[in-house]
Parts: sequence; C-alpha cells; structure tokens
Amino acid sequence: MKGRWFKVYAIGYLLFLYAPIIILPMFAFNDATVIAFPLTGFSTRWFAAMFEQPTLGLAVKNSLFIAITSSILATTLGIFAARASTRYRFPMKAGIMGLIMLPLVLPEIIVAVSLLVVLLGMGVNLSLWTVILGHVLICTPFTIAILSSAFQSLDQSLEEAAYDLGETAASTFRLIILPLVMPGIISSLLISFTISLDEFIIAFFLAGTEPTLPVFIFSQFRFPAAVPVIMALGTVLVCLSIVLLTIAEFFRRRGIAKTGGKDTGGFL
Amino acid sequence: MTDKPTMIAFQDVQKYYGDYHALRGITAEIRAGEFFSLLGPSGCGKTTLLRTIAGFEGISSGAVMIDGRNMAGVPANQRPTNMVFQSYAIFPHLTVAENVGFGLRKAGLSKAEMASRVGDALEMVGLKGFGDREAHALSGGQRQRVALARALILKPKVLLLDEPLSALDKKMREQMQVELIRLQRQVGITFILVTHDQEEALVMSDRIAVMFEGEIAQLADPETLYRRPNSRRVADFIGTMNFLPAQIIGESGDTVEVEAQGFGRLVLNAEQAPGGTSGEGAVVGFRPETLTILFEGQTASDRESMAVIEEVVYYGDMTYYDVKLAGSDAAIRISMRNVFGRPVLEIGDETRVAWSPGALVLFR
Repeated sequence: MKGRWFKVYAIGYLLFLYAPIIILPMFAFNDATVIAFPLTGFSTRWFAAMFEQPTLGLAVKNSLFIAITSSILATTLGIFAARASTRYRFPMKAGIMGLIMLPLVLPEIIVAVSLLVVLLGMGVNLSLWTVILGHVLICTPFTIAILSSAFQSLDQSLEEAAYDLGETAASTFRLIILPLVMPGIISSLLISFTISLDEFIIAFFLAGTEPTLPVFIFSQFRFPAAVPVIMALGTVLVCLSIVLLTIAEFFRRRGIAKTGGKDTGGFL
Repeated sequence: MTDKPTMIAFQDVQKYYGDYHALRGITAEIRAGEFFSLLGPSGCGKTTLLRTIAGFEGISSGAVMIDGRNMAGVPANQRPTNMVFQSYAIFPHLTVAENVGFGLRKAGLSKAEMASRVGDALEMVGLKGFGDREAHALSGGQRQRVALARALILKPKVLLLDEPLSALDKKMREQMQVELIRLQRQVGITFILVTHDQEEALVMSDRIAVMFEGEIAQLADPETLYRRPNSRRVADFIGTMNFLPAQIIGESGDTVEVEAQGFGRLVLNAEQAPGGTSGEGAVVGFRPETLTILFEGQTASDRESMAVIEEVVYYGDMTYYDVKLAGSDAAIRISMRNVFGRPVLEIGDETRVAWSPGALVLFR
C-alpha cells in the first residue's frame, strides 16, 4: 500500500518536471501558429522556418563561440584549482576555495549587474568577450566540482611511482595524471558548454548589441507568429543537451571503470 | 656479512613537519645486498625514513648517502632507488607490459629489446604471459608482482618496499614473503622493507632496525633482536615476552647478581643486561618457549621450579599455559609444543617447570 503511494508520487513528480518539455516538440511539429490544444496536424515547416531567420544564424554562431571558448577557459582554470585544492596545502585554502565556488550560489543577476557596472566603469566595450568573462566566472565552480572528484580519486602514489621510475613532473602529468583525469576533463567541458549555451541573464546584460541564442529566443516571444519557430528551436536544443550530457556521463563512468574506482554519483 | 660495503648511510637524519619531530637523529648503515627491515608501530617514522631514501621526503638536517654519494638535492627521479608502494600504484590505464616497461621508456631501447626485458622481468616474478592483460583487472597478488617487476626492471641499487604485503590475506602474505626472499637472493639488490609486522620482519630480514617515535631503538639481526632485545619496549614489540620484577643485588666485573621474583637469586652475565644495570625497578624478561613444563619422569637439565596452571590456550600444534611460579604473584606464559600421547594440563594443576638463567634478559 505504502509502495503504491510512493509510485504515484514519483510519477506525479516526473510529470511535473518534464511535461512542459514534452509540450515543446508537440507544438514544434504542430501545423498551427497558435499554441493551443487541440493539435491540428503534423508539420515540419517550423524547423524549415528556422533557417530563414538571419539573426537566428548569427545568434547560434555567437552562442557556440561563447560556449566553446568559456568551457575551454573554465575547464583550464578548473584543472589548476582542482589540482591545487586536492594536492597541496596552502594558507587560506578554505577561504580561497570558498571564494572561487561562491558564484555557484550568488544570484546570477547580481553577478551580471556588478560585472556590467565594473566593466563600464573601466571603459571596456561590451562584446562577446565580456559574456565569455561572465560565463567563465559561473562555469568555473562547476568544473572545479567535477574535476576535484577526478583528481581526488587519483592515488598519489601513482604520481610518485612515475616520478620514481625516472619521469619528470611534467611528463608524469602528461603520461599518468592527464589520461586518468581525461574523462573528468571531457565531462567538465561538456557541462560548462551546456551551461554557457543556455545562459540568459549574463548574456543579456553583457553582450552589447550581439545576439546570443537565449537572448534571441526571449526577444522573439514578443511576436506571436514566431513562437512555433521557437518551439522547434527549443526541441533541437533539448535534444542537443540530452546528447551532450549523455556523452559527459559516458566519459565519467568510463573513467571510473578504467581506474577501477567506485561510482560515487555524478551529475546524472 | 660484515665485510659487505655500505650501501646506505644515515648521518644524524632529522626531520620536522612543522613542530612535529618525525625523525630524531637517525644514524645507521645498510649494507649492500642486504635484506633490511624498518620495523615499528604506525607513526614511528619508518615510512618517512624510507621516503627520505627514495627522495619523496626532504630532511631537515643530517645526510642520506646512497653508495657513498650524498643525496641532498638529488630528486627522486634521479636516485638509484625504486619503490614498491603500499597501494602498488599500478597505472590503471596501461597494460601489464606497459606498466613493467614504464621505467625503460627513456632508455632508448628497440621494441624487441624492450619486449625481451619486460618478458624477463615478468618471468622473474612468475607472471609470464600476462603482458597483454589490462592492469586494472589484476588480483592483489598479481598487482604486487607487477609492482615488483616494474621496480626491478631498472636494476636499481636499492629496492624500497613500503608495507608491500599488508593488503594481502594471510596465506598469500606468507607465500609472498618466501618469494621475496628468493627474489632478493636471485637479484642481489639491497632490499629495504618497511613493516609493522614483527613476524614478517623476523622471517625476511638479514637485519632489522626497530623504530619508536622517530628513533632507532635497536638495530640487529633477527636472532639477536629476539633473544637479546636491548630494552623492555623492543622486547615487548618483538614476539611475546614475559616480565617478572627483579632487584639488582650487586655487580662485579662482567656479572650481575639479581633477586628475581619466582626465580630467586641469580648471577647473570653482562651480555644479559644490554640496557645497563643502574637504577631501581628492574625486570627480568624471558620468552614463553624458554620455560618447559616437566611431565612425569622428566628432569630439568638446569633449574627447576614449581608452578600452578592459571589458564590453558590450545592452538593445535602448540598449547599456551599461563602459570604462576612459586613465590611470584604474576602470571607468565609458557608455550609448549604438543606431543602425541602427552596430556594437555588443566587449570589448577600443579606442575614442575624447567628453566635456565641463560635465557633471561635483565631490563631496567
């Protein structure tokens, strides 16, 4: 009896979470401009319409550039920070790590507004690079979280063994540490890419006149006729996110299997 | 043994971690080709000392010499030592052959030479034909062997073993102990073993340094360590030792006269009092097997006392009797090999016990 209520609760919970997302492809393939039931017929014309929007193309290009650049930068910074925090002791370590991780809990709007004020104050022109700056700031805590667990599960004697067998610190890093944390690096790249790709607030404040994908989508909602196209775009993005996160998780698990460790839970 | 040259020399080695004094003036020499053990409880500094040889730990003062060369400023990757780690540290993303051949990467060998050296190393540790296996799929014993082959393939002057057997089960451990001794004889390299297991140290070593709190308490061969420990603490750490209170009556030349509880008045030679004889509160120590329970018709070859059985612990091949000697209120342990047809005594039985003053050691 008890078990059945849990089942009902679980199904209700999942519906609440995912029903809105299921609506997305439904209307993306619906042959009507108005977003309302009943569905009128199957059509792929909204997907075709996507390609006729020049601003959309530019927004996608900008967003991909921002996401790729910020994920690489954030992951690089994350590697240094995770390595330092798991391997070395230094003064004020807890405080420094806390400050790095802080953007994880700071309201994004505060981060965006403060960055805007500071950048304008410094006389920096808003561009894609200012968005990248903001995205690196919010992605780095995520990359550190992922990479710390990758570095943590690395037995320190592995490094010592390589060093003992004649390798230098640099070649030990390349031959032993890097291959073993590579799954963590890949999953960190993919997750920061995903975060950056759909980030709205910072992009909205710091992009200047350049459109990014989320900002473009938001702006399109002013035109009812454009809504089905957005639905189609949303469908593509959801599929892309699922694929990326699946790849990230695949690499994370393969890394665990390879090093013979125990799965301690990841983001998926 | 003594004519072998010195391989490693510690000269007043001190090591501080902040305020913590981890090594307190270690001075010792390890000879070439020796199987040497650093034995002690956890936290005694034995692993730290081993890591100063490998170059993983710097020292605060003093010197570590390997084969006559001061190792100050020589990093771990340039020292003529290789290490077998407690966790084995097998590279999980490489095959067995890639693991074993890892140290040869910089030797500039041809593929064929490399394969033959790796093959030889694997054969030496009994893993012939395992080269293509994935390293992470090996059992504990196999990992241990891979770690050994990987460390020995570079033909180091010194092989360092950091508690290499502690992760194995008892049977496997005993088997590996014998194999390690055989291997060491075969390659003739100086082996330095860190262990907290006194039995393991006794079984495997030519000489043992017993360490407590960052100092070497005694450095000797296993037999000396067992029969003539130089302090009560060492005696207590190595095997089982009985202690009974004693009074020092007098000293003359190289003999000491003592009045020991349960044994009466005895004359011991100076060699039996390695810790010196001054001061109050002395004890005599003796191993459980140095006393013998006499059965009917047996007579003592030296001395004989009466005793009452307090406790009987039956081990199959052995029986341990906790007894009180006449004139003593402290229970001592006697171990007797069980002989077919001879009864096991019971609690409360009175028995005669044979002993010899030569087996006693006097501690302050």
